[in-house]
Amino acid sequence: MTDPAAPPPRKDPQARTPTALTPPRGRSRATQTLSAAAARGRLRLQVCDACGDVLYPPRDACPACLGVDLAWRDVAPGAEILAETTVHTSAEPYFRERTPWRIGTARLDVGPVAHVYLHATVGRGDRATIRPYLDASGNAVLVAVAEQGDPTMSDDPLGAILTVPISHARVLVTDGRTATGQAVVNALAEAGAAEILVGIASPWLPFDGQQALRDMRSVEEIALDLTDSDQVRKAAADYGGKTDILINTAAHVRPGGVLGREDAMTLRDMMEVEVFGLQRLARFFGPPMVARGADDPRPARAFVDLLSVYALANWAPHGGHGTAAAARHATLQCLRGEMRAGGVRVLSVFTGPVDDDWHQPLPPPKVAPSALAKGVVDALRAGREESFIGDVAREVATRWEQDPKVLERELRE
Amino acid sequence: MSARHGYDGVVLAVPVTVPYVRYSVESAHWWLARALRALCEGAGVSHRAIDGLAVSSFTLEPDTAVGLTQHLGLTLRWLDHIPMGGASAVVALRRAARAVQAGDAEMVACIAGDTNHVDSFRRLLGGFSRFAQDASYPYGFGGPNAAFALMTDHYMHKHAVDRAAFGALCVAQRDNALSNPHAIMKRPLTLEAYLAARQIADPLHLFDCVMPVAGAEAFLVTTEARADALGLATARPLATIEAHNAFPEDPMQDRGGWALDVDRLWTQAACDPGDMDLVETYDDYPVIVAMQIEDLGFCAKGEGARFLASRDTTIMGDFPHNTCGGQLSAGQAGAAGGYLGMVEALRQLTRQPLGDQVPDARRALVSGFGMINFDRGLCSGAAVLEAS
Repeated sequence: MTDPAAPPPRKDPQARTPTALTPPRGRSRATQTLSAAAARGRLRLQVCDACGDVLYPPRDACPACLGVDLAWRDVAPGAEILAETTVHTSAEPYFRERTPWRIGTARLDVGPVAHVYLHATVGRGDRATIRPYLDASGNAVLVAVAEQGDPTMSDDPLGAILTVPISHARVLVTDGRTATGQAVVNALAEAGAAEILVGIASPWLPFDGQQALRDMRSVEEIALDLTDSDQVRKAAADYGGKTDILINTAAHVRPGGVLGREDAMTLRDMMEVEVFGLQRLARFFGPPMVARGADDPRPARAFVDLLSVYALANWAPHGGHGTAAAARHATLQCLRGEMRAGGVRVLSVFTGPVDDDWHQPLPPPKVAPSALAKGVVDALRAGREESFIGDVAREVATRWEQDPKVLERELRE
Repeated sequence: MSARHGYDGVVLAVPVTVPYVRYSVESAHWWLARALRALCEGAGVSHRAIDGLAVSSFTLEPDTAVGLTQHLGLTLRWLDHIPMGGASAVVALRRAARAVQAGDAEMVACIAGDTNHVDSFRRLLGGFSRFAQDASYPYGFGGPNAAFALMTDHYMHKHAVDRAAFGALCVAQRDNALSNPHAIMKRPLTLEAYLAARQIADPLHLFDCVMPVAGAEAFLVTTEARADALGLATARPLATIEAHNAFPEDPMQDRGGWALDVDRLWTQAACDPGDMDLVETYDDYPVIVAMQIEDLGFCAKGEGARFLASRDTTIMGDFPHNTCGGQLSAGQAGAAGGYLGMVEALRQLTRQPLGDQVPDARRALVSGFGMINFDRGLCSGAAVLEAS
């Protein structure tokens, strides 16, 4: 095994902040599907409907039978490493800054041969597991890791490129008043985050868990109400330049649909927090984070948002909240493109109903705040663009993939 | 497969090399124009007398061979664009020879050239092929370096070959380059320097890799009668082969398309490897030279590097090989790299060498290899030439 990453040295305040470079972005249309699966942490390859051949690199026709009905399917990740090299130089500036790195030729058990990044635990002649990751331009790359022992990426130089290291990172969690926000803070502290800033709206109002939060050594509270532009701007001015990971846990959930409301207040409040609040965070924290995409030794790496899985399709009992969730989802899609320039990942963590006051009348299964927090940590460690936490979120995601319109009809009943 | 037709009545003439430079501010059109002009001067004809053209270039965009006809004022009855990199010359010869033989064209100029702007090599690599863009470049492949590093790593372990065997080849080629006034590499190379060179991508080090340059190469394919009328020194093709995407089932490239048709090559040529007075292989990396030597029948599989190390491959040696220094020492002028061996063989057979003359050169083998589309080179070809 490799050694865990050492804490980064202090930044030289006189040193120039390097410009964030990104790896080459262009891909064929077929390969977008490989990346879309990787965005959800899945290894999917094309399988020819007619002859069953598994294809790679992605194609538009099967070389075995010329069939053009190629279905993307989850495939077994086993492989053998046939050759390896350590690259010491490259014509591409992004890679030049990251030499040396190891790559290999892997023969997948399902048939094709692929170029892969090699984790420190594998080399020529070894059995390996192929994992999909997204590179800093948001496209899929394959990584071979040892078959045994579930190696972690944070122990390999690749981890800094393909995932979001938590240990030694400075993190902002936007809402510490909720059980979810506190669970995320706990999980991050456990994962080794160096400093955790926690946003507290209306700090003069006491809240459950306040003392426990204050007792944590690495935690610092800041006043942060996402509905208050001035406060978000001030927080970004003070802390935007040293936020490596931003995790937005803010939510404002009220039951009911759009009809049957005397005024628009409740609907507007949900929008204020979930949509405009997210957009305020992005507008004020986004630019300094993008500018620090290559900041040495601790770059800005990820902008994480926790949102309802009913952003994908509206669920009648919480239909009003679903409209805010859908706008939140669209905002994240927009940010994903905008923050890519700095190599800052935008990670969506979708959840089903959380086990809290506002979901009290709902039947199980519900997501425990601690499970949601673990989902956030896992998403960072995998650099995964979209995660679905809990049974409800996973089921909605699966059905959404099958047919969004059918899902809409089912959720309407 | 039916018996193959020979190349009766077809000859090659007028070897042209436009001296290479490391970087050029000129365009591919400019380099190709110079090659064509030198070819016409060498043949003693106006470019209006050229009625067939085969073009290979990576940096001609947005043009193809079509745009070049108008750009260069050519009126043609036969035109071919051959985007096959290192296999371009063999493929151009094969097509031009049949066109000439069939009477579709009489004077076919085969030209290849590329420019090399300060940043053009990087941009060429990024858009080289769809598979490279999707499945090689994202892994930090600095062009073909990493693909050949993987191929070389596999070859060295499978066949128990060490770096010194490849080094002997590179050292001998540098020796050959020293008499070539156009070679980019002008100083002798020692095995010690080869072994101590900086790493590029293990097991490849600096002197395993070619230097990208700007330049152009050309030759003329015409009828024996026309060449005689023009008073040109000629060589004739005895046999040729080409293959594309051969052995796709091999998980790693350990052989090229030559192995597919090596018997057809020597049968058509009516001679065997031992009859060759010089051998010009495609040498962008030593490992592919070894594979050509093996697959073309000079030695057993896996013995190519050791075979070359055991022979004297310099111009005056017992196995003259890559006699102008090859791309490893002369430089790689894009698609013209695929022409280097053909033009050099034609020079030796027609007694027009740039450097030293191979004594009594009568027959030559030229082979080509090109286009790392993803994990392997897809195009290969070979030709046996004989002095007329």
